[in-house]
Amino acid sequence: MSEHAHKTPFIRKYIFSTDHKVIGIQFLMMSLFFMIIGGLLAMMVRWQLGFPEKAMPLGTLFPDKLMPEGHMGPEFYNAVFTMHASIMIFLVIIPILAGAFGNFLVPLMIGARDMAYPKLNMLSFWVAVPGGLLMASSFFTDTGAAATGWTAYPPLSAVADYTGVTAGQSMWIGAVLIVGTASIMGAVNYITTIINMRAPGMHLFRMPLTIWALFITAILQLLATPVLASVMGMLLFDRTLGTHFFAPVGGGQVLMFQHMFWFYSHPAVYIMILPAMGFVSDILATFSRKPIFGYKAMAFSIMGIAGLGFIVWGHHMFQSGMNPLLGTTFMASTMVIAVPSAIKTFNWLGTIWRGSIRFTPAMLNALAFVSTFIVGGLSGIFMASTPVDMFIHDTYFIVAHIHYVLFGGSLFGVFAAINYWYPKMFGRMMNEAVNTVHFILTFIFFNLTFFPMHMLGMAGHMRRIADPTAYDFLKPLQPLNEFITINALILGAVQVLFAGNFIISLFAGKKAERNPWHANSLEWVAPSPPPHGNFETIPTVYHGPYEFSVPGVVEDYLPQDRPAPGGAPSHTPSLSTARA
Amino acid sequence: MMQDAPLFPEQASTIASQIDNLFFFALGIAAFFSILIALLIVYLGVRYRRRHAAQTGEAPPHGSKAQTVLEITWSVIPFLILMVMFIWGVKIYFTAARPPADAIQFYVVGKQWMWKIQHPEGRREINEMHVPVGRPIKLLMTSEDVIHSFFVPAFRIKQDVLPGRYTTMWFQADKVGTYHLFCSQYCGAEHAKMGGWVVVMEPHEYQAWLAGEKSGQAEFMTGAELFAARACNTCHRPDTSARAPILTGLFGRQVGLQDGRRVAADEAYIRESIIEPQAKIVSGYQPIMPTFKGQLTEEDVIELINYIKGLKAPEGVAR
Repeated sequence: MSEHAHKTPFIRKYIFSTDHKVIGIQFLMMSLFFMIIGGLLAMMVRWQLGFPEKAMPLGTLFPDKLMPEGHMGPEFYNAVFTMHASIMIFLVIIPILAGAFGNFLVPLMIGARDMAYPKLNMLSFWVAVPGGLLMASSFFTDTGAAATGWTAYPPLSAVADYTGVTAGQSMWIGAVLIVGTASIMGAVNYITTIINMRAPGMHLFRMPLTIWALFITAILQLLATPVLASVMGMLLFDRTLGTHFFAPVGGGQVLMFQHMFWFYSHPAVYIMILPAMGFVSDILATFSRKPIFGYKAMAFSIMGIAGLGFIVWGHHMFQSGMNPLLGTTFMASTMVIAVPSAIKTFNWLGTIWRGSIRFTPAMLNALAFVSTFIVGGLSGIFMASTPVDMFIHDTYFIVAHIHYVLFGGSLFGVFAAINYWYPKMFGRMMNEAVNTVHFILTFIFFNLTFFPMHMLGMAGHMRRIADPTAYDFLKPLQPLNEFITINALILGAVQVLFAGNFIISLFAGKKAERNPWHANSLEWVAPSPPPHGNFETIPTVYHGPYEFSVPGVVEDYLPQDRPAPGGAPSHTPSLSTARA
Repeated sequence: MMQDAPLFPEQASTIASQIDNLFFFALGIAAFFSILIALLIVYLGVRYRRRHAAQTGEAPPHGSKAQTVLEITWSVIPFLILMVMFIWGVKIYFTAARPPADAIQFYVVGKQWMWKIQHPEGRREINEMHVPVGRPIKLLMTSEDVIHSFFVPAFRIKQDVLPGRYTTMWFQADKVGTYHLFCSQYCGAEHAKMGGWVVVMEPHEYQAWLAGEKSGQAEFMTGAELFAARACNTCHRPDTSARAPILTGLFGRQVGLQDGRRVAADEAYIRESIIEPQAKIVSGYQPIMPTFKGQLTEEDVIELINYIKGLKAPEGVAR
């Protein structure tokens, strides 16, 4: 296509590109880079919790001020766990789901040549990068990186004296603001593109669930992120301009921050899980050779989760001194959110039921997603139940819960998605055997690492403490902490397999066909990798994306751009009103 | 106190067993569904694995009635289970939120990185709290700096302690012993070391402890002394109401404000009136009181509140 028409200079093609696929891959590389940093920070956290008396291996490489003789002091530990969470949330999970896969998949799966606003798209990435670098570079300031926890509750975060961190904390706030801005730009783009640029015949209810999930996620981002931006702006003013939005000494309200923060951050939990749910739905259907079970119920439950996601933020604040009547309301809304989640889970099971299942690495990771997400979802009802939350709030039970959702959910979703779409992204196949081994080891050590944290929480082990051996009460739990640490280190090491496979396959992987998985959605109609402009001709869509094993069709799949031989398609519903 | 079974802390308050019962109910539900779904995935995976290259999936016909019935079933069943948990949870929640009327009120001030406790009789402690067994204890809590959280695992209770306002919690210890007290809200560098002990004693031992040796306590001004030293008494005098409202018998009364509202004179009201006197002006008075913001510690304010609470109207005098 246009590639042949004119030669694009390298810098416009790979650096300042407006091509959604290049931007998607840029976001992917950025997120994977930060995932390595965030993962190493996690290893440091675990070392300290497992072996607080022992010097950390390679600890002496750090400046003496941070780690005297390889021992982590509480100040540095606090910065490390804060940055682990902040990097993983703001620079890994959100950008990899929405930024990387959102960018790469949205135009391809709806049959468009690019995003509605390609330059805004480019800007979004190049705003996110300095945001990320700003956050990471705060480690090198005099007083170190932010050390308030990723939730940054004032007054701890508002007054430098309370943590001793000066520039680092302000840089952190600035970085969150900047990354949030990038994410708003992306959201505007996805929403506009999905509404306006679908290929002929691509009704809303013919869209793959991946697109539904990314669409709803973008709406969440657009509505919630500005609240985060404003609360971070206010916090920055409190720190630098002497305002008192959150300072009681000037009549400010400390709880206002928490309300605004969680008004963003609870929907953000769904920003971090809904796209993965979409990927998993598509992958389960493809490798079961079956239509997704309950397509419309799946689409509506995404909307239901997103809608309810806006009215449950208070469950993070049950212990903050909330009026019990308000608390009861949040308890009810939080519990109701389990209903659409249950619908999704059972529909996934319905999808593999009576299928013809191929256990590719993508499929294995998708199945792991279902089984671990359900554990994370069910541990959520403990927190929703206020009296139980009174005990487990701020304990390791919460840490276990969030990791079952964000690692067990989002990250297994990401592994599934990389396995599934890698051939389309890079035109080469990853080594399936290596990724199967990677999956098995990751799944085992993930559970060995995070499941025992539930037990620590039940025992009353608080989170965010630099030295669990400081209390008699926690001493009997130390073997469990050591066990977790050893498994976490192995879990981290196992990721080398995936990283190695990812890099080596870029150069040495088998060339990928257009449609290696025999899937139906439009990205598989385009060449692998798709050229600038994606499609030779814009495809026309005749039916939904889940026409697998249709009776009367020779192959067991029927791409969206190919009409069914008998005329009317059989499985997936289509709206009777055609789009103009 | 060392635990025999380290994986679950002992129960030492009246509410602990109620919370644990709900916890184990939730645990049962969670375990049942997690295992059910894991087993289903394994079963379906093995049963429907692709056995030969030409095998296809068997799709159920679209729009079949069975599918609708299934969708409704797996929406309604989780909903009903959750409603059980909701109603059960609300019951305990309201018990936990409403201290009994006869609770003894203690004061707690959190500060980086220590807990300061004030007994109603004026005794003060740091990082230790002696309480009588079998009596409801209400804690009125605030913080001098950042947010802390008062957490006693054996009592299963936890409440954030905020700067600039009061939060409350209550418990009734039902077992004599010494229990860990933590700060569970991350509060800065030495957060991990912020904690102490709750010592639950027989009531007569508690009385003896209260009356006992007070040496080693830092000097502090009582509410009455502060009231005089800060010259509160030049305006708030019991004999005249010319310049400022009479404080005798104030606590717990309804107060009429200039803007027509009526508010209850509780601890938060008195604290606000000291720190921000202009916020609520009592009907019939001028806004002339200076602020004491930044001049009194939270502990001083608590001493003053305790003093004002003690200013009871003499018997038979109507006000």
